[in-house]
Amino acid sequence: MNERGRAWLFADNISTDLIFPGRYVHLLSNMPELVQHTLEDARSDYATSVKPGDFVVAGDNFGMGSSREQAPVIIKLSGARAVLAKSFARIFFRNAINVGLAAIEVDTTGINEGDSLSVDLAAGHVKDHTNGIERRFEPLPPIMTEILADGGLIEHIRKHGDFNL
Amino acid sequence: MLMTLVEKILAQKVGHDVRPGQLVMTPVDQIFAHDLSGPLAITQLRSLGFSGFKHPEKVRFFLDHASPSSTVTSANEHKTIREFAAEWGVELIDVGEGICHQIMMERYARPGEIIIGGDSHTCTGGVLAALATGMGSTDTAVAMYLGRTWLRVPETMRFVISGKLPRGVYSKDVMLYMIGTIGSGGATYRSMEFVGPALSGWSVPERAVLPNMAVEAGAKCGLCPSDDKTRDYLTQQGRAGDYAPLAGDPDAPCAFEMKIDASTLEPQVALPHNVDLAVGVTDAKVRDVRVHQVYLGTCTNGRIEDFRIATGILKGNRIANGTRLIATPASRQVYLQGLKEGLWTSIIEAGGLVNSPGCGACPGVQTGILGSGENCLSTMNRNFKGRMGNPEAFIYLASPATCAASALTGVITDPREVVQ
Repeated sequence: MNERGRAWLFADNISTDLIFPGRYVHLLSNMPELVQHTLEDARSDYATSVKPGDFVVAGDNFGMGSSREQAPVIIKLSGARAVLAKSFARIFFRNAINVGLAAIEVDTTGINEGDSLSVDLAAGHVKDHTNGIERRFEPLPPIMTEILADGGLIEHIRKHGDFNL
Repeated sequence: MLMTLVEKILAQKVGHDVRPGQLVMTPVDQIFAHDLSGPLAITQLRSLGFSGFKHPEKVRFFLDHASPSSTVTSANEHKTIREFAAEWGVELIDVGEGICHQIMMERYARPGEIIIGGDSHTCTGGVLAALATGMGSTDTAVAMYLGRTWLRVPETMRFVISGKLPRGVYSKDVMLYMIGTIGSGGATYRSMEFVGPALSGWSVPERAVLPNMAVEAGAKCGLCPSDDKTRDYLTQQGRAGDYAPLAGDPDAPCAFEMKIDASTLEPQVALPHNVDLAVGVTDAKVRDVRVHQVYLGTCTNGRIEDFRIATGILKGNRIANGTRLIATPASRQVYLQGLKEGLWTSIIEAGGLVNSPGCGACPGVQTGILGSGENCLSTMNRNFKGRMGNPEAFIYLASPATCAASALTGVITDPREVVQ
């Protein structure tokens, strides 16, 4: 996971209503179309311009509010390699790992819009190649590391027949 | 060993002492999903090779969010859920019955249980001292499949509420004030435990706002003790046998404690677009804010007690020209009781309208989507940008009394001006 990607900057308190607006609930059966609206109400240029391998970078409490699991699903499908935030809302955090989207709790202060980033998940290390900032982050709890490594919760349960705690 | 309420519930379930931060595997007593989270949960169950529930009595599906169906997509998703429930022998709670959280409270949740729901406001069940928490569709599906889930034992934040509520101030105002104080991420990953002499005097429906909105501070769960008021409520619901006393130890160590003297509070209003932007109703930021729509209802304040308060203000009056009033009871039980008491007559004669039980206008998919630039004042629990279907609209949150008083004037109004 050391490839570089661009930072897309977001504020504190990005709700799942901003990530996946309720007015698009009729698109649930049409994911390619729904993905075109990812994070639209937070910033409308993200979904149209994000490139595979880019990073969503935010402040505190990313993913607050509704438990709609399609919020991390469409961020993953939009091409983002990971979400980096100072803190996450707990349901979003759990959902992200369950759908195989890396959610990384790390101090994002100093990372600027468009910076070139790389993340080493196993080593717990983020590097901003544009301004030289390097940050460490705590590894996920073991159960979440396993779920993410297996590609998500369904794959985890299929592989082990149960939670492998 | 002294334990907080969440520690007691978890320790009892897993059969050993627990400490905050520990990961535990726990059996789950009840699991549910609704029409937005259910279809994906069903897909995930099927992809697990699901071939029937070991305990179908623990599993339920509710059709409450787009209810009755508002689009062809939602109609087909309802159909998928109805067919799945019938095929596998689990209870379906169909359109017109009401909001999952209200029905869990009325009929199913019991003290000491662990309840997983595919909705963030599942934490409402904490009003009956159940560790009820919201999860996504996949976690919900896996809990249905295995009958257990993993949890991180949360730290506890204790909120000690004392003092008599002043005229025009309600439990909703207390909760808005607490969230305004700790912030919308102030309880993330934690358990909010609500105690104190004021809370002891409140009925279960009055208390329900607190655990319901715990997730608006980021909490995993919000818990009230199971006490005499719990017994009264369960008895009134014909469920006296479900009562068991349960409370956290008052001196158990906790991560945070806040004391609130309710007698010092004024009615609160949360400003757009965040629940923690709570100010007093007399604050200049809300004085004379024009209200285009008032929405009474939801799992936060759609109970009979809430409509009694609102109609006490509305009865015999007319809502302001240019203001719409939409009321949606939280359940069929509330709907029928309001009918017997003539509450809907008061709302309709005042110029409002009454919808069938369910989530109504709150999720932004039906019956009350806002126009661009419009302001809505609502009893609901969250006011995020786009929540009611239009990111160009503005949502303010308040108690049923503040909402009703404001419907009459067309601007955000201090209910103490009209409440006797």
